[in-house]
Amino acid sequence: MGSVATAPPNTAGHAHHAEHHHEESFVSKYVFSQDHKMISKQFLITAIIMACVAVMMSVFFRLQLAWPGEGFAITNFFLGDKWAPNGVLDQNMYLGLITIHGTIMVFFVLTGGLSGTFSNLLIPLQVGARDMASGFLNMLSYWFFFVSSVLMLASLYVEGGPASAGWTVYPPLSALPQAIPGSGTGMTLWLVSMAIFVGSALLGGLNYVVTVLNLRTKGMKMTRMPLTIWAFFVTAVLGILSFPVLLSAALLLLMDRSLGTSFYLSEIHIAGEALDHNGGSPILFQHLFWFLGHPEVYIVLLPALGITSEVIATCSRKPIFGYRAMIGSILAIGFLSFIVWGHHMFITGMNPFLGSVFVFTTLLIAIPSAVKVFNYITTLWRGNLVLSPAMLFSIGLVATFIAGGLTGIILADSALDINVHDTYFVVAHFHIVMGMSAIFGMFAGIYHWFPKMYGKMMNTRLGFAHFWLTFVSAFGVFFPMHFIGLAGAPRRYYSYSEFPMFDGVVDLNVLVTVFAVIGGLSQLLFLYNFFYSIFRGPKAVQNPWRGNTLEWTTPVAHMHGNWPGPIPTVYRWPYDYSKPGKPEDFVLQTEPLAEDEHEEHG
Amino acid sequence: MTKLLIILVLVLALLAIAQLARVYELTSRLRGKREEDISPADTRMNANLMYIFLVVYFAFFAWLAWAYKDKMLPVSASAHGVELDQLLNFNWWILLVMFVITNVALFWFAGKYAYKKDRKAYYYAHNNKLELVWTVIPALFLAVIIIFGLRVWNDITTPASAEALKVELYAKQFDWTARYPGADGALGATDFRLINDVNPLGIVTKESVAMRLGELKAEVDAMDSIMHHSILPNHKIDSLEERIAKLERTSSRIVNLRTMMEQDIAEKGEASPYTHGADDVVIKEFHLPLRMEADILVRSRDVIHSAYLPHMRAQMNAVPGMTTRIKMTPTITTDSMRLITKNEAFDYILLCNKICGVSHFNMQMPLVIESQAAYTAWYAEAMKKPFQPTGLPSAPAPAVSDSTVVTTDTTAAPKVDTTATASLKN
Repeated sequence: MGSVATAPPNTAGHAHHAEHHHEESFVSKYVFSQDHKMISKQFLITAIIMACVAVMMSVFFRLQLAWPGEGFAITNFFLGDKWAPNGVLDQNMYLGLITIHGTIMVFFVLTGGLSGTFSNLLIPLQVGARDMASGFLNMLSYWFFFVSSVLMLASLYVEGGPASAGWTVYPPLSALPQAIPGSGTGMTLWLVSMAIFVGSALLGGLNYVVTVLNLRTKGMKMTRMPLTIWAFFVTAVLGILSFPVLLSAALLLLMDRSLGTSFYLSEIHIAGEALDHNGGSPILFQHLFWFLGHPEVYIVLLPALGITSEVIATCSRKPIFGYRAMIGSILAIGFLSFIVWGHHMFITGMNPFLGSVFVFTTLLIAIPSAVKVFNYITTLWRGNLVLSPAMLFSIGLVATFIAGGLTGIILADSALDINVHDTYFVVAHFHIVMGMSAIFGMFAGIYHWFPKMYGKMMNTRLGFAHFWLTFVSAFGVFFPMHFIGLAGAPRRYYSYSEFPMFDGVVDLNVLVTVFAVIGGLSQLLFLYNFFYSIFRGPKAVQNPWRGNTLEWTTPVAHMHGNWPGPIPTVYRWPYDYSKPGKPEDFVLQTEPLAEDEHEEHG
Repeated sequence: MTKLLIILVLVLALLAIAQLARVYELTSRLRGKREEDISPADTRMNANLMYIFLVVYFAFFAWLAWAYKDKMLPVSASAHGVELDQLLNFNWWILLVMFVITNVALFWFAGKYAYKKDRKAYYYAHNNKLELVWTVIPALFLAVIIIFGLRVWNDITTPASAEALKVELYAKQFDWTARYPGADGALGATDFRLINDVNPLGIVTKESVAMRLGELKAEVDAMDSIMHHSILPNHKIDSLEERIAKLERTSSRIVNLRTMMEQDIAEKGEASPYTHGADDVVIKEFHLPLRMEADILVRSRDVIHSAYLPHMRAQMNAVPGMTTRIKMTPTITTDSMRLITKNEAFDYILLCNKICGVSHFNMQMPLVIESQAAYTAWYAEAMKKPFQPTGLPSAPAPAVSDSTVVTTDTTAAPKVDTTATASLKN
């Protein structure tokens, strides 16, 4: 094997063997750590806590949707008498819950949690760097994330409730406390929290880009980088280019709310009074929001696709099919994601010709996406699939990516969008393609790199149970929603009992909620497995999945600087699995090419 | 206390599970099994579950499609909707083919190639021809989808013809109001500052401007008198002064509007939009005639709403400060649709489809599609209650909050008949 596989596979405790490291205090090691591995764990645990909150919220509003007006002790238990008198969810709180559920899942779990965890863990380890370019900025990135998470949770407790204008917070609803109680202090906290979150995303993103560009080890050409790194790299670039736009949108909204400006407000008469605000446009906010919002979808999705590419190759014991096409499609998706935002706004009264342009650019994205799906499937073909929990979740991702990607073609078609816009069809589409795919990618990453993060193994069988329950519930929850949407049922409705026209599909709401509760409960398996294994799991070996990439050449126990000796040199691409003429079915990137060996580029 | 007990029970249950898992782990360690070595039995189980999932997945899909076929939206009741439904069905068939092919391949391979100790994976890194094929084929399909899609989109979004029936849908938290032109066939100009109880859409007429100015003046006078006749704490005085300043700002803008209106009327005479408001019909009913193109103007008073007519396959946002439009031609009357759906109580519904506040889920208005004759009769009846009947003696302003301080400015006396108020409550 390579020159660096010298570290003992099992190093007890947290002994520091590298001589240039001094003993660290608890605070500098676990709290204000500048080590990328510790920061990645901090992101992960924070995101898991946020995810628990957001999933519980979804259970409360799903209960209301399935059995409108009925009281549930559990709703009352968590929300109290103010927001759930007799266990019946309050109408304002319903809107608050859907708003915060969306915000937390999109930003705190699937952006901060996914990118923050795996970019931090894997970028230095897989490109061969001792740490991020700036450990200090990296630490700040986490603490900005932490503060913004705390603010977001705090907003649940203010008078008037949390922000409740939907996670897209369109003004004027979000700008005027007269319009909805949640647009008071709750909305202010939401905006401040998001502004700080943007700071975190930028600090993290800049670090990832600089590290990938400057700190690759000798021999690690861009075309020898694992697809995970390509995905994290493009994700970081997307974030750097789009998050500032969200920041400006949020700042302008804050000004409209508190300084009397009129960026988004015009000709409004509310609560019996004509407002002074005049001359702005609510549509401006939507343009700014979706200029971030659409790249955001790929900020969420690309890391998951990157993780899956790596896991599918490793566990198929086969090179990823079409490595260069995979890089090309990541770049194409990244570029196109900036010129498609208008497809969220087909029916805002936007110029129809502009709509046509957005139809064209949006449907173009289907091409690189299709290439990715076909390449994944071809990678499985004639492989020798190690069906580990990570692999199962990766296969699950491909399935959700197919299902959600196809319905995206309907929504991208402006004419067809007219009748399904803002209905449950949209909810089904984006939960499957973005929510489930990204969550599955995240689970795949956690199961696969848990030994690298904690030096322990998670329980495989609990992993199987977790996967199948989650996978089945995901389809049970989101597949019927397409039909609810095709019956014309709008999203963000507290109840459908006011409309006899939806009577035919309300029983589907019960089905959805039952699966949602099962899906929610099955996450307890994961939580238990995760936290138990951190402390009591069996010790991991150095390269449990027999992977090729550099992170599997580092010692099991974490150390500053990652490699005890010199940083390894890279001689080949990362996907030499089952290469003919090799004794093993994997070849570490650190192994030099044999004399007559031809280097593969995919 | 009960909450604490419940938490305690949950914690104990978790501990019990933890102990069970510990036992399992110790036994597997005794057997020398490592977590990353997945047993052939487990691999077999997961591989079989892949096949089973594929079957169940497709069966679930088929069951949903079959069982809910008749519970989806009925046949489209608008001309463009028929086109749209055809387009949707055409897309479905393409997508269904892709869906089946990719899912079968995915789950089939996932099961078939599950790990076997003696099998070696096929080293297959790329194949440019194959990759070209599956770049070009989706591209061709998408080209077809785009071309057909944009053709329908262009049909739907070209402006309505000049003969189209003009109707306005006005959204506010949390209801809809319709406005039909009066005998002059044109809708009058509006301004949000004129909105009050009797003029919920802010229609601009000489009278409504005068009335609103009078109201504002009355309110300012009332506050002035409070300030002068009572002893108030400073913060109260400040807030009153602020309020007066705001009312005066509004008044001065309305005065500007009045100047603009007078100039426009002087220049254009009858063609000025400021002369069309008085006979408009403001009504809480929404009727459209069969087979006549309707040019629906959509406006909002407060936040963004969305006018969604699922049976018409039509939707457009209502954005404050903007006028958006829906163009459609109804093709099936409400009565015919009741027969088609075999549902006596069937109604076409206009609903709000953009989150707009606490009662968003119940912001609706039925739409009645009727024959030309029935519509003409309904419209003639509705026109008897115009927004501002002319030729009637002027009545005192109704519904002003403090009627005792109604202004002495005689020009402010609005010509509003009580029937105008009544027509709003229909």
